[in-house]
Amino acid sequence: MKVHTLSVLVENKSGVLSRVAGMFSRRGFNIESLAVGTCEVPEMSRITITVHGDDTRIEQVKKQLNKLIDVIKVSDITYHEHVRRELALIKVVANPGSSRAEVMQIADTFRAQIIDVGAKTLILQVVGPPEKIDALEKLLRQYGVKELVRTGMIAALRGSKTTAGD
Amino acid sequence: MKTGAKILIEGLLRQGVTTIFGYPGGVVLPIYDELYDSPLRHILVRHEQAAAHAADGYARASGRTGVCLATSGPGACNLVTGIATAYMDSIPMVALTGQVPTALLGNDAFQESDITGITMPVTKHNYLVKRAEDIDTVLAEAFHIAGTGRQGPVLVDLPKDVVTNEAPDPGPLKEVSLRGYNPTFKGHLRQIEKAISMIAEAERPVIYAGGGVIASDASPELIRFAEMTGIPVTTTLMGIGAIPCDHPLNLGMLGMHGTRYANYAITECDLLIAIGARFDDRVTGRIQSFAPNARIIHIDIDPAEIGKNKVVDLPIVGDSRQVMICMLDRLTGTTDRSVWNEKISHWKVQYPMACPEDGVLRPQLVIKTLSDLLDGEGIIVSEVGQNQMWTAQQFCFKHPRTWITSGGLGTMGYGLPAAMGAHFARPDLPVFDIAGDGSIQMNIQEFGTIVQYDIPVKVVILNNMYLGMVRQWQELFYDRRYSYTELPSVDFVGIAAAYGIDGMRVDSADQVKEALTAAIDTDGPFVLDFRVEREENVFPMVPAGAAINEMIGGEKK
Ligand SMILES: Cc1ncc(C[n+]2csc(CCOP(=O)(O)OP(=O)(O)O)c2C)c(N)n1
Ligand SMILES: [Mg+2]
Repeated sequence: MKVHTLSVLVENKSGVLSRVAGMFSRRGFNIESLAVGTCEVPEMSRITITVHGDDTRIEQVKKQLNKLIDVIKVSDITYHEHVRRELALIKVVANPGSSRAEVMQIADTFRAQIIDVGAKTLILQVVGPPEKIDALEKLLRQYGVKELVRTGMIAALRGSKTTAGD
Repeated sequence: MKTGAKILIEGLLRQGVTTIFGYPGGVVLPIYDELYDSPLRHILVRHEQAAAHAADGYARASGRTGVCLATSGPGACNLVTGIATAYMDSIPMVALTGQVPTALLGNDAFQESDITGITMPVTKHNYLVKRAEDIDTVLAEAFHIAGTGRQGPVLVDLPKDVVTNEAPDPGPLKEVSLRGYNPTFKGHLRQIEKAISMIAEAERPVIYAGGGVIASDASPELIRFAEMTGIPVTTTLMGIGAIPCDHPLNLGMLGMHGTRYANYAITECDLLIAIGARFDDRVTGRIQSFAPNARIIHIDIDPAEIGKNKVVDLPIVGDSRQVMICMLDRLTGTTDRSVWNEKISHWKVQYPMACPEDGVLRPQLVIKTLSDLLDGEGIIVSEVGQNQMWTAQQFCFKHPRTWITSGGLGTMGYGLPAAMGAHFARPDLPVFDIAGDGSIQMNIQEFGTIVQYDIPVKVVILNNMYLGMVRQWQELFYDRRYSYTELPSVDFVGIAAAYGIDGMRVDSADQVKEALTAAIDTDGPFVLDFRVEREENVFPMVPAGAAINEMIGGEKK
């Protein structure tokens, strides 16, 4: 079992996301995370999916994705050099005079930015591979995480290669 | 400028469509108005489910894409079972549905249903058309997707304003090109060469042919391939007809209700060549014990089928026909496999798929007699249940596309409307619907359609006054507790008469031939109500979860 990172180029049409998501749930494939957005070509979108499974299962996921008419290209970049990033907003309890200083210190260590300062809370913005966000969240839990918002992971191949295949 | 409705109907005609099956309603009024004086023939069914099954039967009998049409909401929803049936068996179909006007979409308007959402899991693709100027392109894409690669149903949802609005004349048919859809037709040469050497090395090979062979019209290639290599062929329920039943290399159907010799051959083979088949659980039984000693070659047009249920040694992605043509060119001399062939011949003698002939009106006798009378020259459609399995076992099919049945979904009520569709595809052939008393009542209203269009379908009801297949499982695995499977006697001849269809009730074995002959000799439709032995079972049978060589029944008496 391994987490695979799939970069999927799709037609930028309504319903594409539900076709992809529906196929995953229908066939019992578990999506760990999914992020979608526009890409370098205006009429296409790129979906980054992380999915758990052994090699045969991942093979099936890729083939089923490829069968969708609106899916243009599926790239499994797991075994290629790539960068992975996710962004998270973490609203954490940080009362002035008590835990605030500690939270700010942790934020600093993780190179998280403080993007909102409330009376009793701070919002930290952190960017990095999902494991980094997991680690930060774990550390902050003792202070009270009131809200956690994650974008889902996106990824790109290193160097000049692209997942569009050129 | 032309209305969307006109563009639609002209688009259908340009696709070569001659007949569509449908049912009108509010939002499709503009389309129906266009149909009124169009050369396109529209068959008015009595339930939209039947429109979908008829389009499906038309497609299976002809090899061309079937078309059905329904209104929004309830009409569209009634198509769903028929679309799902076509999807499971990879049948090319275009389903057209009306939709509420675009301005009302998402408002829970009268008779609105999200039919593209509903059918997403049971279509190869679907479209919600937003502008009249898109109709022509979408229609061309729909036919292209439905009819190529691994075929399947495509739904096109048409809001009312889209068909009433005007758009420029689309001009001549354009070539469809979809960057996300490029099916592979030609098999990989190196893989094909490997297959050839695996075949040469094999001592006990078997071909396992499925519906893909029928879909790609590869029956002649399959027969030549089998003959040139001397390899016996077993077919799935969907592959029946790909090789004539009386061909010496034919092992009949495999799987849950397959022949003993086919299942034994699979279990003992050292090379399994799967062609256009998908290792369905009704075929494989306990998958770990399916072809346990064999290397496996899997030829399929859908790469997702390869390795889905069973790990294979050599995949060849491509159209069955193309791949076999390529293999035929490269075949070298045959290998001597007399030991294997003798073993199979021995099984065939020891475990024949015999028809009990003991003077009792048994369902198998009805099928066997019909088979003898037609001698393979006709289209046999079935419902679902015991009737379906007895037909698959006892009828001697000699040509592809003459056996039409709901395999993957197993849809009761499929047979009668599919038989109507088959008639329009092949008006030159007699069409029989082999039915159960349960199944026929799921779409019996189509007697009305049959009468209206004088469709000469013969309905053969194997009336056991049970949901027989379910009763069989209750008998064998639930201690004969017949929970809600008994059906009261129905006067089917009376029902037929009320619709204006001739019929006959048959109560004894000695009337079978005469009754079937009467049906064959009737020009119009005919209904036969055979009061068969009520608790007859389908044997051999592989119990759920067993290996396919662990069969009950079917030994020589
Ligand atoms: C629409 C639908 N509902 C339920 C079933 C489950 N089912 C499979 S066979 C069968 C019994 C069919 O009875 P009948 O048509 O009389 O055929 P027989 O088995 O008696 O020949 C049933 C209920 C089904 N296949 N399809
Ligand atoms: Mg019955």
